[in-house]
Amino acid sequence: MSSVAIGNKKGFGATLWDYLTTVDHKKLGNMYFFAGLLFFAIAGFEALLMRIQLMVPNNDFVSAGLFNELLTMHGTTMLFLAATPLLFGFMNWIVPLQIGARDVAFPFLNSLGFWLFFLGAVFLHLSFFMGGAPDAGWTSYASLSLYSPGHGIDFYVLGLQISGAGTLISGINFVVTIITMRAPGMTFMRMPLFTWTTLIVGALITFAFPPLTVALFFMLVDRMFGANFFDHTMGGNTIIYEHLFWIFGHPEVYILILPAFGLFSEIIPVFARKRLFGYSSMVFATILIGFLGFMVWAHHMFATGLGPTANAIFAVATMAIAVPTGMKVFNWILTIWGGSIKVTVPMIYALGFIPSFVAGGVTGVMQAVAPLDYQLHDSYFIVAHFHYVIVGGVVLGIFGATHFYWPIMTNRVLNEKLGFLTFWTFFIGFHLTFFIQHFLGLMGMPRRVFTYQGDQGWDLFNFISSIGALLMGLGVIFLVVNMLLSIKSKPLNTSDYWGDGRSLEWALKTPVPFYNFKQTPLIRGYDPYWIEKHEGNKEGMTYAEPVGDIHMPNGSILPLIMSIGMFIAAFGSLYHPDGVSWSVPVIILGIGITVACMIIRSFKDDLGFTVTKEEIIATEESLYGKGGNK
Amino acid sequence: MGHDTHIHEKSVAQHEFDRRKNAVEMRKQVVNFAIMILFTFIAFAVVVADFSPYFIKPFILLLAAVQVVLQLYAFMHMGEKHASHIGTINTFVWVGAIIAFTVFLCFLTIIWW
Repeated sequence: MSSVAIGNKKGFGATLWDYLTTVDHKKLGNMYFFAGLLFFAIAGFEALLMRIQLMVPNNDFVSAGLFNELLTMHGTTMLFLAATPLLFGFMNWIVPLQIGARDVAFPFLNSLGFWLFFLGAVFLHLSFFMGGAPDAGWTSYASLSLYSPGHGIDFYVLGLQISGAGTLISGINFVVTIITMRAPGMTFMRMPLFTWTTLIVGALITFAFPPLTVALFFMLVDRMFGANFFDHTMGGNTIIYEHLFWIFGHPEVYILILPAFGLFSEIIPVFARKRLFGYSSMVFATILIGFLGFMVWAHHMFATGLGPTANAIFAVATMAIAVPTGMKVFNWILTIWGGSIKVTVPMIYALGFIPSFVAGGVTGVMQAVAPLDYQLHDSYFIVAHFHYVIVGGVVLGIFGATHFYWPIMTNRVLNEKLGFLTFWTFFIGFHLTFFIQHFLGLMGMPRRVFTYQGDQGWDLFNFISSIGALLMGLGVIFLVVNMLLSIKSKPLNTSDYWGDGRSLEWALKTPVPFYNFKQTPLIRGYDPYWIEKHEGNKEGMTYAEPVGDIHMPNGSILPLIMSIGMFIAAFGSLYHPDGVSWSVPVIILGIGITVACMIIRSFKDDLGFTVTKEEIIATEESLYGKGGNK
Repeated sequence: MGHDTHIHEKSVAQHEFDRRKNAVEMRKQVVNFAIMILFTFIAFAVVVADFSPYFIKPFILLLAAVQVVLQLYAFMHMGEKHASHIGTINTFVWVGAIIAFTVFLCFLTIIWW
């Protein structure tokens, strides 16, 4: 690994081994991105099956039981295994470049986080082939899931426990990276907004995932080892699960939306060709949203019966979140206002995002009104609301950023015409699907039903909604086709593809060498690359050090083996309640593998390797020709 | 970060100073550890000695609070004024503590009143 092998063609086996052992943040970013895309496709397919079932009344396309499994897996996969890793992909790729770091603070943990997430996700999806998927909704409330027959819920609990540990590890890693590894001169108030939102999201993950771990652990021992935390007949309390889940669950939605806010805050100034309006208020609003996100979990439980005092306080706290979010919306609008706007594909996603997200936010404030929520609770109005914020916010953010960062990530560019086609197909499909669901909800259609009687005034609206879902599916197919077409297109070998890049990542020439910046750059203000361009700096950046040796981490297969150990232990735990004789030995074997890897990791000194000055110059020449990155 | 390798040699005085500093540090750690054990012992003792629950509950909570602070400052080095990023770490930990405490308070006051 210490030799400079960039640019040389490697065999399939060597490439595979490289990806299995890599600790490089860019390769892990790719792996997160494509794993996320895979699960996005699976969960999207599940959504299509559900919409086909609901297209006409009294349909029997899927059975009621399968419908429950589809809706559970759609929600769980989209939130934990699609949106989160897609955003983690961008965080891994972009954040170290934006702060001028060589890698993340704990490269080994970065790899461990990915493999735990991936194997947890695979474990969850194996449920389809091994006796039925989880069927108690993505929230998996204990009052329902404790009594679910079969192993579905066990798959949910164990799969999310493993992938949640991976997410927690990555979250901590991002926090440490951003706090300790910024380039000289990059103070907190000079960090780009995407880095800021990643920092806050890292903090949210650190505080929000432990309650989920506790909830899942209680559920695990309740279902598999005979405890009674949530069983009211044995002195337990089923409401505790709801509290624990939502203490995690509400910050989780901010964990998803804040990085999307960050991505749009990067896209909009570049194409409005204007400094981000109100930078410091954006930072303040991000922190405030993160903080308030922990104070509002019970607004998911208004109908549980907490009493008027709790409902009133949580209602007011929830409405308060609209204030910092509104600040952000106004800042984006004022960034665009008076700018010299270029409507490219990322920009059209940003322009589509603002009204869509505001619509979702407004219905959110409606639901914060506790008395009204009693009417809206568990109706399609709720479904419409959270799809407006998640699709209109997070998914548009991810698609926009895919177009925006594709030149840096792959050294290729996505086709612009196909990009616009993707946007319009997806955007029209999205509004067609979900706008009309608000009215379905107000007409009384409950969520999570597998079919309905005809002639209640729901038939036409459901049909329209299903057509919209098909359009969304078509949009995603266009995006994937676009990605595949880009493989064969000409490499860019350029820096600042959009011509108006402002933050540090655009100063790098693509393909990005494995050590990122040859010399650590010196940050002279907010939007450092724009400052250098403005002053006519031909070299791209001012550097903080001469070209010298670079210290890089070694790759390792241990994270994969460690995660496989957990994967094996999960199977033992899963079949424990069946009374099979091999369950306990398998648990011990799996955990033993993990612990053995941890011991090896602790006792083996791995000091990384040094890339010498000569190797760096040789790499630069092989990538960019004579003279290197100028 | 890329730099050419430097070799750093310590003078005898520096070496002696470091030794003494480490010895003081070690003494502090041991004393704090003893205090922690003592607190835990007292907590068990008040339960075994069968004091009134109105005394035991707040008393144990108080001991727990002191132990948390000791843990953070003595064993997790939050008290070192010149450590790198110590301000950020302090802010982070205390904000987390405030959030956790608010949630706790919220349960006690408005949810399970």
